[in-house]
Amino acid sequence: MEIKKATRESYGEKLAELGEINKDIVVLDADLSSATKTNIFAKKFPDRFFDVGISEQNLMGIAAGLSTFGKIPYVSTFAMFAAGRAYDQIRNSIAYPNLNVKICATHAGITVGEDGATHQMIEDISLMRTIPNMTVICTSDDTQTRWAVEEISKIKGPVYLRLCRLATPIIYNKEQDFEIGKMVQIGDGTDATIFATGVTVSEALKAKEILKTKGIDIRVVDVCTIKPIDNEMIIKCAKETKKIITIEDHNIIGGLGSAICEVLTQEYPCKVIRMGIQDQFGRSGKAEELMKYYKIDADSIVEKLLDEN
Amino acid sequence: MKITKVEALKKIANDIRKGVIESVYNGKSGHPGGSLSCADILTVLYFNQMNLDPKEPLAEGRDRFVLSKGHCSPALYSTLAEKGFFDRKLLNDFRNINSNLQGHPDMNKIPGVDMTTGSLGQGLSVSVGMAIASKMESMGCRVYCLMGDGELEEGQVWEAAMAASKNKLDNLCVIVDNNNLQIDGSIKEVAGLTNIDSKFESFGFNVINVNGHDIEELIISFEKAKEVKGMPTAIIAKTIKGKGVSFMENQVGWHGKAPNKEEYEKAIQELNTNYIKLL
Repeated sequence: MEIKKATRESYGEKLAELGEINKDIVVLDADLSSATKTNIFAKKFPDRFFDVGISEQNLMGIAAGLSTFGKIPYVSTFAMFAAGRAYDQIRNSIAYPNLNVKICATHAGITVGEDGATHQMIEDISLMRTIPNMTVICTSDDTQTRWAVEEISKIKGPVYLRLCRLATPIIYNKEQDFEIGKMVQIGDGTDATIFATGVTVSEALKAKEILKTKGIDIRVVDVCTIKPIDNEMIIKCAKETKKIITIEDHNIIGGLGSAICEVLTQEYPCKVIRMGIQDQFGRSGKAEELMKYYKIDADSIVEKLLDEN
Repeated sequence: MKITKVEALKKIANDIRKGVIESVYNGKSGHPGGSLSCADILTVLYFNQMNLDPKEPLAEGRDRFVLSKGHCSPALYSTLAEKGFFDRKLLNDFRNINSNLQGHPDMNKIPGVDMTTGSLGQGLSVSVGMAIASKMESMGCRVYCLMGDGELEEGQVWEAAMAASKNKLDNLCVIVDNNNLQIDGSIKEVAGLTNIDSKFESFGFNVINVNGHDIEELIISFEKAKEVKGMPTAIIAKTIKGKGVSFMENQVGWHGKAPNKEEYEKAIQELNTNYIKLL
């Protein structure tokens, strides 16, 4: 049976492990620690965990203050309330002064599911990547998330780590190498490149298998770091493959698709098909149903590629 | 060096006010009203209370100051220059494209600035984080957060107030520059903001009401704040917006406007006259 795990789970577990090694790490949450999984750290290190209650603006400010004393705050709440509600605090109290705060936002995208549109953050990549000094990372599986949680503690400055609620397959073995600012190319098909991030990476990989049976050989590129973007990989794939598709659990405006287009329009103009939430709000439903409904699942990728052929 | 003589502190406050007028005049923009109203508070903090060394602006155990009402940067810059963190001449370049003295304080550009501020209502949360960090490491730092009264209309302030009291931050001291005026009018007219002291009290603060232009009273209040254990202190300082320049006093119009040449000269003359009185 395929092993599945949500990136928020991997985050919570790894954070508690990292807390053993790095004593500067403190963790803050806003009354969602059982959902963001910071409760694992909280149990282990109660003196380094702060639940500020339902006050996300305050959450970001306190983290900023702690970081000026050399602490490395990992701050968690839902993506909606981190990037959305506390945008000004992230921009002015964290990113502008370039403070060492790691914003690890869970429950991003429509894959939040049943809670519906108010809780489905589909604008956070856009909001976060347009802030100077900010690094934006969106992980696709357990291995990559565990790597990212540790890696971001080593870079100085603000980071937005986008995590998801939906359990998704484990893609990478433990030996896989990752690097901030580098995408991961999976396969070397030349019929199309699919740039995916977060929960859509495993969907793209499923689509790759289905398309193989139909004689179409695609490559999948896992965009783990959305900012800084890996220009080199984007241009290489545009040169080597016939089609470029982007897919994300995010509004097609301002997110991964836009980021890829920004590079290609300037460096290697070509057609880009952007799959994702088509500038509309989400709705309640099971995550898998919603992925189908909003056409960000494997079948939709297959359909799109067959249509385009 | 701690200055204890009230007359000496009054002279410093007067110099700080002159620095405010000079920087806003030369920068041709800025916020004189609220800067003048907090000049005495800053004087007492930087010259009588805070543990600071301008030669070591990043010293670990230093006390911290957060100017949550960041638009009153002229007062902070003038104070820092007076204290010796940088050359007073730099005040003349305030808000200039080549200057580090940004419209609102930038901690990465100016020695002595502990936090970047500007967007109102955010400084108290940051101060809470600093006070917690100091307690975690038993560093003994006191954290001072100066807020405007109009700024208290921001909801985040009360989120932070709750956190300060929950965490028993007796090393945190909020000072409200209660000059009663905001851009669109009085704080009561604009937003119905009243009873600032009882608001902080109900949020679990030790509250001290004080005349924010009385140096002695301010010193006593800060000393009392240090003695209180297990809870943060809020000093509600009654002040006059534009204090020290007669035609700016209590005038909303001087919130964010630079004086012209004639007004500048008149203001400096008044402050010079006041200084002579202090000799």
